[in-house]
Amino acid sequence: MNWELIVIGAGPAGLAAALAAYDKGLRKIAVIERDRYAGGILNQCIHNGFGLHRFKEELTGPEYALRFIDRLKDTTIELICDTMVLHITADRQVHTVSAENGYQVYSADSIFLAMGCRERPRGAISIPGDRPAGVFTAGTAQRYINLEGYMCARRVVILGSGDIGLIMARRLTLEGAKVLCCVEIMPHSSGLARNISQCLKDFDIPLYLNHTVTEVTSANGRVSSVTVSEVDENRAPIPGTQKVFDCDTLLLSVGLIPENELSREAGIEIDPRTNGPVVYENMETSMPGVFAGGNVVHVHDLVDYVSEESARAGEGAAKYVLSGKTASNEVFIPITNGENVSYTVPQRVRPANVEGSIKLFFRVRNKLGASVIKVSDTSGRQLAAFRRVSMSPGEMENIFLPKDVFEKALGSLCVSASEA
Amino acid sequence: MYDVIIVGCGVTGAATAFTLSRYRLSVLVLEKENDIAMGATRANSAIIHAGYDPEPGTLMARLNVKGCEMAQELCGRLDVPYKNCGSLVLAFDEKDIETLHVLYERGVKNGVKQLEIISGARLREIEPNVSQSAAAALYAPTSGIVNPWEYALAMAEVAALNGVRFLLSHPVTSISKHDGCFTVSCGSEQFDARYVINAAGVDSAVVHEMVAEKAFAITPSRGDYFLLDKSEGSRAMHTLFQCPGPAGKGVLVSPTVHGNLLVGPNAVSCSDAHRVNTTADGLAFVKQHALKSVPSVNFRDTIRSFAGMRANSDQNDFIIGFPVPRFLDLAGIKSPGLTCAPATGEYAAELLEKNGLELIPKESPVTSRRKIRFKELSIAEKQRLIAEDPLYGRVICRCETVTEGEIVEACHSPIPPVSVDGIKRRAGTGMGRCQGGFCGPRVLEILCRERGISPLDALKDGEGSFILFGETKAGGRT
Repeated sequence: MNWELIVIGAGPAGLAAALAAYDKGLRKIAVIERDRYAGGILNQCIHNGFGLHRFKEELTGPEYALRFIDRLKDTTIELICDTMVLHITADRQVHTVSAENGYQVYSADSIFLAMGCRERPRGAISIPGDRPAGVFTAGTAQRYINLEGYMCARRVVILGSGDIGLIMARRLTLEGAKVLCCVEIMPHSSGLARNISQCLKDFDIPLYLNHTVTEVTSANGRVSSVTVSEVDENRAPIPGTQKVFDCDTLLLSVGLIPENELSREAGIEIDPRTNGPVVYENMETSMPGVFAGGNVVHVHDLVDYVSEESARAGEGAAKYVLSGKTASNEVFIPITNGENVSYTVPQRVRPANVEGSIKLFFRVRNKLGASVIKVSDTSGRQLAAFRRVSMSPGEMENIFLPKDVFEKALGSLCVSASEA
Repeated sequence: MYDVIIVGCGVTGAATAFTLSRYRLSVLVLEKENDIAMGATRANSAIIHAGYDPEPGTLMARLNVKGCEMAQELCGRLDVPYKNCGSLVLAFDEKDIETLHVLYERGVKNGVKQLEIISGARLREIEPNVSQSAAAALYAPTSGIVNPWEYALAMAEVAALNGVRFLLSHPVTSISKHDGCFTVSCGSEQFDARYVINAAGVDSAVVHEMVAEKAFAITPSRGDYFLLDKSEGSRAMHTLFQCPGPAGKGVLVSPTVHGNLLVGPNAVSCSDAHRVNTTADGLAFVKQHALKSVPSVNFRDTIRSFAGMRANSDQNDFIIGFPVPRFLDLAGIKSPGLTCAPATGEYAAELLEKNGLELIPKESPVTSRRKIRFKELSIAEKQRLIAEDPLYGRVICRCETVTEGEIVEACHSPIPPVSVDGIKRRAGTGMGRCQGGFCGPRVLEILCRERGISPLDALKDGEGSFILFGETKAGGRT
């Protein structure tokens, strides 16, 4: 069977892209999902706060997902669950395996990558000590509690102030656990300001900035205590600053990594700054006809942006398929990150393909007060500037760059930010 | 009455059980942990050493060379991941080059084949990422890598299929000697046997002293390791050692049979042989020394750090012998104990026979094992397998592509797992880059379903390592 578009992943990115491609005229669309149902990680995000931008109301994760899943019924989009994609190839074959259909190879005119991201495990930060039960990534704990219905923690230390960790601080507290503290090695949180306020401050959970976990000890196979130390400006623990917390659980919220094993294996160019595919203005990757969006490209702060970006990609895929596949990668403007900016998405813009303007996402490296975002080209000429009251690494920033910026640019464009 | 009781089931105990299971004997294995291969066997460098390290004339030298020779055929027969990748001992200065010559001479005396000392230029040809400051190397093409716990499991499983009885969670508390037999007690449970084998690893001195005078001491030595993502797996093509020092074989950088990169260990003698924790200092030491061999190792791609405990002793050689009649010590099995294991098992059988145990071969014992590894099958084989059993079409561990079929198979293997990590050791779930973050809850669910246990009783690993405390709001029920 030949599909016009195969979407890999039925989380918010995949659903938005499939629906957008449908709205632009594609009819043969398959969405392949490895889990037993659509919705992705939203299914275990039972807290509210989703959809404020897109729907102007506060939805829970499952409600947000349902807004998209419900629309599938009115389309010809086929949702194929409980099916794992094993490989994709440059000629856009998608190798899948499932209990129901066995090993199947599908062909597609275009592919949308929406595999999302995974949590960084304990090993990635090599916390010294024992390796007992009771060390969970925040998302795994969230799954046990919200989907499986089991408590996996009673007295908890949370390492890292990523959003899932913050959300779990509140969730665990509401379920009767005692969250002793949240520990962040950086001088600032990597989560949203609203989560710091609503999930820690509202529950009197202390946040120790410039601190990290320096030892895990166990008794009878389960975590028995966690040692927390202050760190210096090089993030090295300062001797003598240890605090020991008696607890049974250490939750990790120490970063998310886009899941690009399929992309890498297929030979798609990956940006080391984001760990996601390098994308063009229409979210097309380095492999013609293969698009990507959502957390597989860069880790987002809000699902609303995932949907928006992926819808753009879905439209791009539809245009690619319907226009006879004529995107040329020959002329593009590379976008680089300058002072205080850690990456940009998209990384490349083909001016000929820009209609109106391009929404450019990026994050800053440090907390900044009143700032100016500057966009300049290789000659050093400033082509655009934007003001912000403040910026933080935990929140994604975006700017709109009109078509003429790309037409005027000489060489590449550089996005930088500095305090005014 | 058993003919033989083996105390302890690391790779040495497993290999001994495997060897004895070929004969018409009743054999019981008593393991104190809730799974086999829970000590030194599960956390080590996973190397099949060529045999140039041990002093000529020692048991270690003889068993090492023999074990290395046995490994390839045995791993093939038992379906244990093994790769004959070869090893290189790197020399950075004149003194190191002298050491290479000493090792070379030793190797030749020990009977190691194909050893050669190669130049820096040749070294960089076969190992492109090695440090520019490495001036020469001892190349041992017969060396290899193996999955150590699967090596032990495979031998134990075959032994079980041949009728050896395995009792897990049975710590031996005392052994008493009577006329012609021993009574081995695990708390209130007692087992009689004509022969007892002490393969108790770090506890082998304790077990020895249950029946004999103190003759040796175990001096446990801990070492920290990093396991890196498969993206770093081709950073080293061979096992790269530095010149050995008094503390051991030094920090190595090695590929693993799973395609990852393994870096470590340091060596710290410690008082508590049962606390296998990593330390910040140990990990920093390992990192620093590994970069000397391969400067480009990207530690940001670490997926796990762990520590292993070596059952070193105060003796220069393995302690293999009868301190009292019919009680055989297989003690102080330090490195290269993993490599030696199958040869140690055969040697143990030989010694028992010399000491009166009659070894009558069984007519057709099980000698091999086959395992389904879904991801290694061809497309046609995958299709056929799923048609036979649809559970092989459901991928549970997405990082390592392990299917529900493989997990179910592991749950019903000859020595069934009782924990999520027991499944990990048998099926490879959670071994990948997410370290079980995604598949952990689903593996737990399958384990509980297949073994008929409540999720609240499910363990992560050893005794007491409970994962869940209770239901949230009664699991949504009222």
